[in-house]
Amino acid sequence: MGTKPVQRVDTVTIRFAGDSGDGMQLTGNRFTSVTARVGNDLATLPDFPAEIRAPAGSLPGVSGFQLHFADHDILTPGDAPDVLVAMNPAALKTNVADLATDGTLIVNSDAFTKGNLKKAAYDTNPLDDGSLDRLKLVQVPITTLTVGALEQHEVSSKDKQRAKNMFALGLMSWMYSRPTQPTEEWLRNKFARQSEIADANIAAFRAGWAFGETTELFASTYEVHAAALPPGRYRQITGNQALSYGLIAAGQRAGLPLFLGSYPITPASDILHELARHKHFGVRTFQAEDEIAGVGAALGAAFAGNLAVTTTSGPGVALKGETIGLAVSVELPLLIVNIQRGGPSTGLPTKTEQSDLLQAMFGRNGEAPLPIVAAAAPGDCFDAALEACRLALKYRTPVMLLSDGYLANGAEPWRLPQVDQLPDLAADVAFQTEPNHDDAFWPFQRDPVTLARPWAIPGTAGLEHRIGGLEKADGSGNISYEPDNHHHMTELRAAKIAGIAADIPPLELDRGEGEGEVRLLVLGWGSSYGPIRAAVRRARQRGARVARAHLRHLNPFPANTGEVLAGFDRVLVPEMNLGQLRLLLRAEYLVDVRGYNQVRGLPFTSQELTDVIMAELAELGEEVPA
Amino acid sequence: MTTATRKDFASDQEVRWCPGCGDYAILANVQGVMPDLGITRERIVFVSGIGCAARFPYYMNTYGFHSIHGRAPAIATGISATRSDLKVFVVSGDGDALSIGGNHLIHAMRRNANLTIIMFNNQIYGLTKGQYSPTSELGKITKSTPMGSLDHPFNPVSVALGAEATFVARSLDNERAHLAEMVELAARHQGTSFIEVYQNCNIFNDGAFDAIRGNQANQIRLEHGQPIRFGADHEKGVALARTGQLRIVDVARPGTEASTDQPGEGEPEVVAEKDLLVHDAYRDDPGLGFMLSRLAHTPHGPTPVGLFRQVSRPVYGEQMQAQLDDAVARRGPGDLGALLAGRDTWTVE
Repeated sequence: MGTKPVQRVDTVTIRFAGDSGDGMQLTGNRFTSVTARVGNDLATLPDFPAEIRAPAGSLPGVSGFQLHFADHDILTPGDAPDVLVAMNPAALKTNVADLATDGTLIVNSDAFTKGNLKKAAYDTNPLDDGSLDRLKLVQVPITTLTVGALEQHEVSSKDKQRAKNMFALGLMSWMYSRPTQPTEEWLRNKFARQSEIADANIAAFRAGWAFGETTELFASTYEVHAAALPPGRYRQITGNQALSYGLIAAGQRAGLPLFLGSYPITPASDILHELARHKHFGVRTFQAEDEIAGVGAALGAAFAGNLAVTTTSGPGVALKGETIGLAVSVELPLLIVNIQRGGPSTGLPTKTEQSDLLQAMFGRNGEAPLPIVAAAAPGDCFDAALEACRLALKYRTPVMLLSDGYLANGAEPWRLPQVDQLPDLAADVAFQTEPNHDDAFWPFQRDPVTLARPWAIPGTAGLEHRIGGLEKADGSGNISYEPDNHHHMTELRAAKIAGIAADIPPLELDRGEGEGEVRLLVLGWGSSYGPIRAAVRRARQRGARVARAHLRHLNPFPANTGEVLAGFDRVLVPEMNLGQLRLLLRAEYLVDVRGYNQVRGLPFTSQELTDVIMAELAELGEEVPA
Repeated sequence: MTTATRKDFASDQEVRWCPGCGDYAILANVQGVMPDLGITRERIVFVSGIGCAARFPYYMNTYGFHSIHGRAPAIATGISATRSDLKVFVVSGDGDALSIGGNHLIHAMRRNANLTIIMFNNQIYGLTKGQYSPTSELGKITKSTPMGSLDHPFNPVSVALGAEATFVARSLDNERAHLAEMVELAARHQGTSFIEVYQNCNIFNDGAFDAIRGNQANQIRLEHGQPIRFGADHEKGVALARTGQLRIVDVARPGTEASTDQPGEGEPEVVAEKDLLVHDAYRDDPGLGFMLSRLAHTPHGPTPVGLFRQVSRPVYGEQMQAQLDDAVARRGPGDLGALLAGRDTWTVE
């Protein structure tokens, strides 16, 4: 351990920012892994450009990774970084405004060349024009120090320069008393076949650490103690990873082979990548020729008796709409996963948004209702996937599972579930094997409780039948153009989905501690869960009385939703869209829901939501402590 | 088990094509082939898209899926890739397969999914009442093209060979024996088999195939290993010219000399039988089949029918299964607990 004094802090947010070729995502991920191992609670926010390699040093090429870690449970990736590591002028320019007022700014001074300053549109060098005076500016010639430390190493000068991110990681690891061994082991592993590269990176990492220890620039280091998380075994997980594991778990618990039909699209592709790695679970991944074929093959696989899934983002859902409508009509289980991103059209492919709720709800021709499930946090993507699969199988229906770019790429510690305590989905599968209408098989003779139709898969002798997108006669499933039958079938399909409300948990209300009337409810869905909880917690710490609830099911809503809403003078719905849930709630419950709506491609900060809550309370005439 | 007959494969649904439609003959033919395949009904699946032909699955007493326009190959791929125990057919039309579903068709063929695709080509949109299709001849006058269509038609066999389908054949709705032979060959093929069937739409495009449908002399019957000959007396043939092109030639009568001179303007070339092209359906390179398909871009003169190409290539679903088996062999069957834990966990007491 070091020789400088150690200060204990309870929460820290740091951000690494650099050129997209500087390895900032990797640096951030490494720091996250080690931080998880130390036992801190954490949340991350990677923020990268849509371009794979925008011109080096340019503003659009900046890639960032923010990590919030603490000795207590936290809910967001942090509002404002306490420390910003900026590897070049462009990274400084695009990130410095976010830094906390008294934040620490560490820059790679080597990168502040005339050329780089020009690319970042700086007229004067911000390092000496006084514009950064409010901050603790620490200039470190990271490139020079890295190359110097690697003088004796037999690697190219390009590789030496590339190791500067490990220097930065070493410095930050020193500053926050992170253990070094896991990172060194990881580097040794990653470059197992190029030991000289591994050696160079480890040397750069150590040099960064040693620099912190010896330089006069830093007076002390910090430590953040382990958080008191609920007991259990933990790992670090991103939303897309958790969602992939949820799908595999659902297949295993249903006793069905998992089939994924997909087409690459940001930010959903990592689910395809992840599932493709687990073929020993019997998982089939099919990279189709387009989005339509992805969902088409999945629907075919559902007909054939698989747990069928298609993964995409909003533009892909638009293309899949007709096939999803067919799935509604033929009533087969199918999971559609939408990792939402900024829209419309190509929009902001790598940024987060919640603006596909109405697309999920209404994005098909005809009366075509389907259940909608939304994940609330990275680890929660696992449970949300299992729940969505349960509904799809039990009710023989397409289900839309909504996640978003923030959940997909954000990471947090995740307590491992007990495998044998995961929901058992086998009973929901129950393939039909016998005739159900005298000696005949009627594919649309429904279960009287769930209104689900039987699932008879090809290969079952005696149950040969035909399904299709034309309207079917109730029961027999024969083509029918009868007016009354169509009306009846439309109502049956709607009733089947509406009936799911009886099969999902009621909306859970968190009224906070203490007695007395609470007049404001903050209601959220999806990834705003963390920021809303953090903001409500802050408001309560300041003495405010505010209730909170979060919707897992967006269609149908939990049965008690109307009752919950009616219990408050004001309902506030923060959403990363222009008010989509608000529209649904108003239509369904005739409640004058207020919205707080931002589409900046970023999750809400808890500070902004706290301010909104306080403003609402003030407007209600509540006494709000300053 | 009693032997199945054609009737066992006919469903109880009333067939609702226009009287006189070529689809009736194709349906009867396909139903007739089914018992010969030796596959039980429950293991057969017919998938279709949208169009007149797409009603086909309702009339088959097998499993069936009448889906949406153009998507049948994609849906069928999901069935066949996950269930190698099933025999999957796709029934499609020229608009369904080559226009709205063109992308799925070519990708199914390049992948070699285990599907038998029967494409009814009537060179018109029937169900939407008579617009030109991607196989309609240039200048076609229809409701949507009152001054004639402007787009160059596809030759479906050329498209299939261009996509390197492993089985490509062509037949006609009214050639019972020939069609049955092609359907059976296609159904027994491992991988994607594609058959184009010229089908008369007596309502919107009656007589589109009269040049060959009622005139066997214009059918260039392709038979593997045989010199390619046709005509009422087999007096015509196909030969490969030194320019690398296929040409339709007169076959020299026995005892007469083949011409060694270039024929004059308008004069047929005369070629000895030994110099005719011998059809090789099993050649790996699709080039020869493609050249044969170019003998008639549209079926308005001598047109090749029969098996253009049949080669063996790994089947998509089998390869997919092999990867799963390989993964299990190398890593053992998946352990969910181990997957969820990953490599890096810590315990909070």
